[in-house]
Parts: sequence; structure tokens; C-alpha cells
Amino acid sequence: MSIQVSTPVEELEAAELQAVGLSAAAQKRQDYLAKLLNLAKSKPLDVAGAAWVQALRDQAANLVQEQMFPSTRDEEWRFTDLADLLQVSLQAEGSGAGVTLEAIAPYLLPEAATSRLVFVDGHYAPELSAVDDLPETLLIGNLGRLATDARLQPYLAKQAGAEELFTALNTAGMQDAAVLFAPKNLVVETPIHLLFITTAGSVAKLTLPRTLVIAEPQSALTILEEYVTIGEGTYLTTPVSEIWVSDNAQVHHSRIQRDHASAFHIGKTAVSQERDARYTCNAISLGAQLSRHHLEIYQTGEQTETHLNGLTLIRDAQVGDLHSTIALTQPYGVTRQLQKCIVGDRAHAVFNGKVFVPKLAQQTDAGQLNRNLLLSPKARVDTKPQLEIVADNVKCTHGATVSQLDDDEVFYLQSRGIDAATAQTLLVYAFAYEILDQIPVESLKQSLSAIASQVV
Amino acid sequence: MIVENSEVILSVRDLTADVDGTPILKGLNLEIKAGEIHAIMGPNGSGKSTFSKVLAGHPAYEVTGGEVLYKGQNLFDLEPEERARSGVFLAFQYPLEIPGVSNLDFLRVAYNSKRKHEGLEEVDAFDFDELVQQKLDVVKMRAEFLSRSVNEGFSGGEKKRNEILQMALLEPTLAILDETDSGLDIDALKTVAGGVNQLSKPDNATLLITHYQRLLDYIVPDFVHVMEGGRILTTGGKELALELESRGYDWVREEEMAEVGAS
Repeated sequence: MSIQVSTPVEELEAAELQAVGLSAAAQKRQDYLAKLLNLAKSKPLDVAGAAWVQALRDQAANLVQEQMFPSTRDEEWRFTDLADLLQVSLQAEGSGAGVTLEAIAPYLLPEAATSRLVFVDGHYAPELSAVDDLPETLLIGNLGRLATDARLQPYLAKQAGAEELFTALNTAGMQDAAVLFAPKNLVVETPIHLLFITTAGSVAKLTLPRTLVIAEPQSALTILEEYVTIGEGTYLTTPVSEIWVSDNAQVHHSRIQRDHASAFHIGKTAVSQERDARYTCNAISLGAQLSRHHLEIYQTGEQTETHLNGLTLIRDAQVGDLHSTIALTQPYGVTRQLQKCIVGDRAHAVFNGKVFVPKLAQQTDAGQLNRNLLLSPKARVDTKPQLEIVADNVKCTHGATVSQLDDDEVFYLQSRGIDAATAQTLLVYAFAYEILDQIPVESLKQSLSAIASQVV
Repeated sequence: MIVENSEVILSVRDLTADVDGTPILKGLNLEIKAGEIHAIMGPNGSGKSTFSKVLAGHPAYEVTGGEVLYKGQNLFDLEPEERARSGVFLAFQYPLEIPGVSNLDFLRVAYNSKRKHEGLEEVDAFDFDELVQQKLDVVKMRAEFLSRSVNEGFSGGEKKRNEILQMALLEPTLAILDETDSGLDIDALKTVAGGVNQLSKPDNATLLITHYQRLLDYIVPDFVHVMEGGRILTTGGKELALELESRGYDWVREEEMAEVGAS
């Protein structure tokens, strides 16, 4: 037996760096963050003459500068390792190749044929968008055209949690935004499709899609927010959506992430709910090699109702992470969360569900359930329900289950003449369907169901 | 009914089987002909349910010896789904719940997989709906059960009736009912037994596995077999069931011992 004693040069350098406060690895992360920020800042602002938007960008850039790029030593990033992202050399985008209506045909929804905003690599694409036959009082379009409307300024980049690193990065490089403003009492029954396309190719780019939704008192909106890729290749997208649901208003939101399998997706949905506001989110996450979704609900009035349904369906070596926060502050809130993960091959799903019930939030009724289906012995799930309850007269439940396809269930189906492969497909589909069924648009539900049926 | 010179549906010879390396079936022999209703009775742990699962092809049960011919063909050459398609049906003791799969879709997929096997055209949702409505009467089930997930939230009796509904649709050649009567109240038992009786024909056969003689008041068997220790100890007519009910199983064991001793 021989014992090697060596002092590698790297370690010495690390020790030296330690002396000035950063390890080599941390320094590498900070360098990467500096590059990210520079890339974001170099994004042209597509909003002419709007100094207030530029001011938001500058403030956010300062917020980014003060922060550390996360590592798995940070509690919030313990299970989601961004090391692979650090290997991706992101570049400023060249002139984006023209995306045709034909190219995006697979993603068009007949139910939203004339209520669609399309953004390509963060730029608004009017030739791909269609907004006809919508109520005249509904403000819909891109920030570039609507920024002069004084009603937007109090909301943009004002949602709680704006200082979070990737949220601030998005704001620091905000080029444009999809904007929806439903004035008081306006009920829009047509679902509105927000389609964000990244064109992937040999150059790995950074895209920063942005959405602002405001539902004034007693208005109602149905939104389908979708992230897709044209082409193949890696990129980083850090979308941010801010949704404001006022008194007794209602927003039904479906968020579909189906980025290319080489992509990195770190996104944010921040929602505030005033008195009696109702908000539903169906978050479906299928794509990207690494995806993370911060879903944050901020209750600002009494008796709100919140439904969070989520499905993460991943395989190969995909990582799919949902970090949700429900911050209650007022009495009589009702929240229902059901997060399901179907994990195949060597994929890794992460769920962290925070629910805050402070003293003032009496009579809260909060339910949280995370159910996971592992399809392979190497599949992995990390689940962490995190309830902080101070109020003493509340009903809060949580649960997490991890299971595999049950041999007895497969056998039961086989004993009725259904072959083993079909039986497995049927069982996985059934597991996913509970969430997919919540999507209010039939064509989208069908196309996602077809994907869920192919996973085994 | 016992039919002269009818076809042999199932022929079991010296069957042995293990679960997790423990021998459960230890040389089982049984022959079932078309038209007949057989009942296997026996105490808990005698191997009754194991036998039914082996016939249906559950992967957890390993056949270690003997043979089973189904209509002259080696049953063990067939995958579980192939056995089902060629007419072997097991009504489960504990039917599984399958949330998210509607009962109607499940029944249609099962029905069509059998049609396909027989070289027949698959039935579309519309025609199937009509067919299934007729079959509902067999087990006196309400149509609303069709739109619910398979067995999810069903009571014990509803689950068992759902099993017989599947049987009514699939029209098996060999129906194996594994303790279908356990846990049923008397009304549900009558309904289930009525369904089984309606489905019993001269060209098919039924194997009832039960713990209680009560079932045999409603479904009258042609043969009663007593199982113990993984083998059939004795076989008789329907009167054997009554004797078991009044005298228990011990006397069968004693007679068997005596026979072994004498030989």
C-alpha cells in the first residue's frame, strides 16, 4: 500500500483565493455571473423613449451585482446543481433567423387563433401574433407599444421577490414584455396564448422572456404561457411572469415548459392576490436538461383561493425542479397544491413547497400534496414540504409519496387482455391525467396527453 | 352442468409452484370440462388463491413442476394477456383501483384486445356504449359507474360486481372466481351469483374458489374439491360442501392420513 501525499497547484491557488475570500470554484461562478449580467445588459431595449423601463433595468443590474451565483451549498439550491450550466459559453445573439408561421404551426392552438402573442428570442413578433376579436377594453400587446400607458408603471418589476438573482437578471436585461391588462369587470372568455420561442443553434444564447398580467377587480382572464424551441442546441432562458389578481378577480393560468432537451430554464412566476381573488396555475414541465420554476404566491387580501397543479415529466438525465412559495398574510385563505412528478431513466425531480401561515392568517385552509412516480431504479426525487405555521386556528395538511409502477396493477390490466407495455403506458398516463385534465384548452390538453402517453 | 363427452377445458397435472422460494402448490391435479362448475374450498393458506394466480400468470408465482393444459395447449406458453385473450378470466379477490383510467375506457380496451385476438374488428366507442349498457343489467350496476375511475372509491360489493361486469363482456371460456363472495352482504352476493349463473353455458366452465359454503347456496357446483397443503385432498359433489360446513376441515385431513397410512 502506498500513500500519496501531494499538494496540487490548484489547491494552493484555492488556498490563496480563500485568503481573499473566494474559492476557485466560487470565483468561477462569480465570473460566470458577471458574464451573464453583461450579456443581459447588452440586450437592446425594444421600448422606445421609456426611461422608466431603463431605470428598472439599471436598478436590477445593481441587485445582480451584489449577489453570489448559487451553488449546491446554498440551501435553496442543494438538490439542483448548476455546474453544467457553467460549462456553457453563452454568447450575444446574432441577428435571429426569421421564424415563420409555418415553423410554429405545431404550437398554434385553434382555441386561441386570434388571441396570441408570440415572442422570438425575447423580441415581439407581430407577424406571428394575432389579437383580433378580443374585447376593446382589454389591453394586450407588447410593452414596446404599450409602455406609455400610465397604468402599467405601478406593476412592472414591482412584484415581491424581485431581488432573487435570476429574476433580477431578467429585469436587468428586459427587452420587451407580453402585457395583458384587464380593466375592472372585464371578463375575457377567450384563452390568451403567450408563446415564447427560443431559436436554438450553434450559438448558445441567453433569452429573458417577460410577462406582465394585471387583472383589475372582478375581471377574469385565462392565460396559456408556453416556452418552446425552434431548432436544436443549448441555451439559457430565465423567463419572469408577474401576475396581479385584484379584488374578486380570477386568473386561470397554464404554464407549459417544453424547451429543447439541451436547454437550461430557470423561470419565475410571481402572483399577488388581493381580497377574494382566485388564481389557478397548471404548471407542466417537460423539457430542458435542467429546469427550475420558482412559483410564488403573495396573498395581500382576505379569503383568497389558490390552486397550484403541477406536473413534471422527465427522463434521460433531465433535472426538473419546482420551488413554490405560498405566502399567506390574511385570514380565510384557501390553497390547494398538487405537484406530480414522473421520473424516468436517470432523471432527477426536485420539489420544495413552502407555505407560510403567520399569526394574521387565521382560518387558513391549506393543503399540499406531492406525488412522485419513479419509472427506473436510477430515477431520483428530492421532495421537501416546508410549512411554517404560526397562526393557531388553521387547517394545514401536507404529504409526499414516492412510488413505482405497481406490478399488481400491471398484472390486473394484463389479466384483462392488455399487454404489459400498454398497461404501463396506461398507468403513467392515468397518473399524469389528473393534472393535464385541468388545462382548459382541449387541443393543448390533447397534445400534452400524447406526450405523456409516450413516456414509458 | 355435467355434459357427456364434452371438451376438456382445463387439465392440471402434478402442479407445483413457489412464492419467493417457498413451495405453495405441491402436486395439484384437476380436470375441468366444458359446462361444469367446480368449487375449490379449503382453509386459509391452503394454496387456493395461489392456484388462481398461477393460472392467470401472476409474475410473483413460479411454476416449478407439472403441467397445465388449457384446451389442449400448454397454458404456461402464454403471457398473462394472451391467456386472457384466449378466454381465461380471473375475477380478483381484491380488484385493484386504477385512478385516472375510466371504467368505460378500461372495459373497451380490454374488450377490443380480445376482439383483435379473434380477428374481429375493434368496436368503436359508440357501439361499445350500447353493448356495455346491456351487460350492466347482468350485475345490476348503474351506468354512472362507467364514467368513474376503475374501482376507485367503489365499495367492496361494487368492486366485485365490476369484476363480473368485465366477465360478462369478455365471455371467458374458463372463469376463475377467487373468493368473489368474501366480504359481500347477502344482496350483493345474490347479484353476483345471479350474474355468474347467467354467464354459465354448456361451452364454458367456471372455477369457484371460496372459503364459505354460503356461495354454493346460490351457485350450485357440479364438483367440490377440498384443498389443503397445496393439493386437492378429496373431491365430491355439492353435498361435500355442506359436510364441510357442518364438520369443518379436520375430518378430511384425518381421512387422508388414514388413507396414506393404509397404503
